[in-house]
Amino acid sequence: MNPLKMIKLTINDRSVEVAEGTTILEAAAQAGINIPTLCHHPELRKEGSCRVCVVEVEGARSLVASCVHPVMEGMVVRTNTDRVRWTRKNIIELLVAAHDRDCLTCDRNNNCELQRLAQDYGVREVRFPAAVRHDPPDCSSESIIRDTNKCILCGRCIRVCKDIQGVSALGLAFRGSRTKVGPAFNRGLANVACTNCGQCVAVCPVGALKERSAIDDVWKALNDKAKHVVVQVAPAVRAALGEEFGMREGSLVTGKMVAALRRLGFDRVFDTQFAADVTIMEEGHELLHRLENGGPLPLITSCSPGWIKYCEHFYPQLLANVSSCKSPQQIFGALVKTYYAENQGLDPKSIFSVSVMPCTAKKFEAARPEMARDGVRDVDAVLTTRELARMIREAGLDLPSLPEEEFDLPMGMSTGAGAIFGVTGGVMEAALRTVVETVTGKELRHIEFEAVRGFNGVKEATVAVGDRILRAAVVHGLANAGELLGRFCRGEVSYDFIEIMACPGGCIAGGGQPRSCSKETLQMRANALYREDLGKKVRKSHENPAVQEVYQKFLGKPLSEKSHHLLHTSYEKRSDL
Amino acid sequence: MSERDEIRRKELDEVIEHYRGQEGGLIPVLQKAQEIYGYLPEVVQERIARGLNVPLSDVYGVATFYSLFSLKPVGDYKIGICMGTACYVKGAADIVDRVGSELGIKVNETTADGRFTLEVTRCIGACGLAPVLTVNKDVYGRLIPDEIPGILSKYKDM
Repeated sequence: MNPLKMIKLTINDRSVEVAEGTTILEAAAQAGINIPTLCHHPELRKEGSCRVCVVEVEGARSLVASCVHPVMEGMVVRTNTDRVRWTRKNIIELLVAAHDRDCLTCDRNNNCELQRLAQDYGVREVRFPAAVRHDPPDCSSESIIRDTNKCILCGRCIRVCKDIQGVSALGLAFRGSRTKVGPAFNRGLANVACTNCGQCVAVCPVGALKERSAIDDVWKALNDKAKHVVVQVAPAVRAALGEEFGMREGSLVTGKMVAALRRLGFDRVFDTQFAADVTIMEEGHELLHRLENGGPLPLITSCSPGWIKYCEHFYPQLLANVSSCKSPQQIFGALVKTYYAENQGLDPKSIFSVSVMPCTAKKFEAARPEMARDGVRDVDAVLTTRELARMIREAGLDLPSLPEEEFDLPMGMSTGAGAIFGVTGGVMEAALRTVVETVTGKELRHIEFEAVRGFNGVKEATVAVGDRILRAAVVHGLANAGELLGRFCRGEVSYDFIEIMACPGGCIAGGGQPRSCSKETLQMRANALYREDLGKKVRKSHENPAVQEVYQKFLGKPLSEKSHHLLHTSYEKRSDL
Repeated sequence: MSERDEIRRKELDEVIEHYRGQEGGLIPVLQKAQEIYGYLPEVVQERIARGLNVPLSDVYGVATFYSLFSLKPVGDYKIGICMGTACYVKGAADIVDRVGSELGIKVNETTADGRFTLEVTRCIGACGLAPVLTVNKDVYGRLIPDEIPGILSKYKDM
């Protein structure tokens, strides 16, 4: 197909010219005409199953689904006729009839695509008998709760899980009115090869998929006078939290977020970016150690818990390649309950350690049995960005009007290298800044590694580290990761260092972030983190004074025995089904 | 593993091997597996998923989509009563009731002795014979409920 061939058609009596292969829906959008959709998602394979996007095409016997129907020369399309509106309204009414309509108590109240459509189309009565399921929700997972009674069978979760993540934990089963989305044999998500990445939660248009909330636990701890409640916030949160309060996409709300957390009652407001800097110290030295001692190479990053679980299920033969470093969340938690507790003269048992993450998989990670010492957990509760937004609203705070405040010291001090952990390529770039300088002993003149930035599914770079050429790769999205690792296992490629992030785009697109479907939003969130990096006085992890202090006073040096005991972990092979 | 299990396992593996890498291989493999085991136990579906390198959720999706596949053990004789339009208006429901009461089971159940399974089917294309009942590959048409005990007795002693 010649991509340059242009097609002329009219939509609602306006003439439109678009490239061949464009769908009616896309052509209408280019002409500024909005067509409602439900099963359609711009980042997913087109399916055309819900029929909400139907339009009239002159000469066609029936209405056509605009999301899958390609434009043709001379086509005459109408998107807003009586017949179209009547049909859409009936489709919506049928979906509503089969939907568990406890909207007022639903997680997605006021933020539900079905609710919005029913409102837009004036669905005021449901003439059809209720065909609602009464299945118990799947609460098996630490991260995700699935309620099939609210599922509208749009299949977005299935497509993201299979096509983008290469996991296929979810599928369609049965047929007709008994059709149902779920893992095979109705096994809970905890009992199948689910990575907890939460991309299904991010694309679900209704309340069928949500995170397991930790809000009640956190309020309880905040109200407990005997608890010293400490919070850490991941980089990607500050680049997206503002969206929940109507702020422009890409707003960097670091200072306002810190102010909000203080007003919620946290005793200390710290930064996961501090722990990201520590991660770079540990992982960077692990890389150097492996380069000097014969591997195993490539070293693969371990920050993304979705990726870790994916590897445990699908590539257990590569677990020895994965860095033994805990993720920044867990490194932070371990240091809070030891280093910080000692410094402050606090009993670790009296500290309640909360994290705010863009991620649902972090909830599972925090609950892993190995992430604790003598019953003291590294992290006691994990909130997603969305949950934090809810707490802020619940407390009656208006984020946009809050003042800008600073993180507490010492564990709120971080570098630009820590900030970019939240976007694909960031861990690699942060590591390179430190590794190259550590090996050469010379200051890098140019610390931006552009080759590993951007949203290409697989990015490759070769970097001179002293007299050695380091072969690096960066992948995001687990299907991309699986593909690259497959090629590696077949001996088609070889690398020294690979960064893998489970979510497409990195943490900025995590399963716990404000729901958004556009690439543009992701780009703006990424830009926000690169701005945070640029705005930092210190932009290399090894130059973070608070990190230097933690090594001087507590850990000794990277990969020390104490580091290994507190900051490193191990992985287990899990079933591939 | 019993000797019988081992033979069946080997047979299944040969089928999987035959279809591995072929597009559209899942359905024929499930058909053969059902022939070998009489139904599609979870472990068999898991073995097929691994063997064909197809996600288990897809295997389960196909196995539950088509009514010819069963996830529960079925009897030696599978009774299918057609509920297509013609059979329905000719009294298929009475036939279902009579078979059920003769065997003491409901639709989609199997007798305790593992001999009979009762199912209702969509139109099997024998409308001229309505109402129609099948026992494995045998077909009985233009039925009245009182013929049922006689038909069943043929299989009870086989």
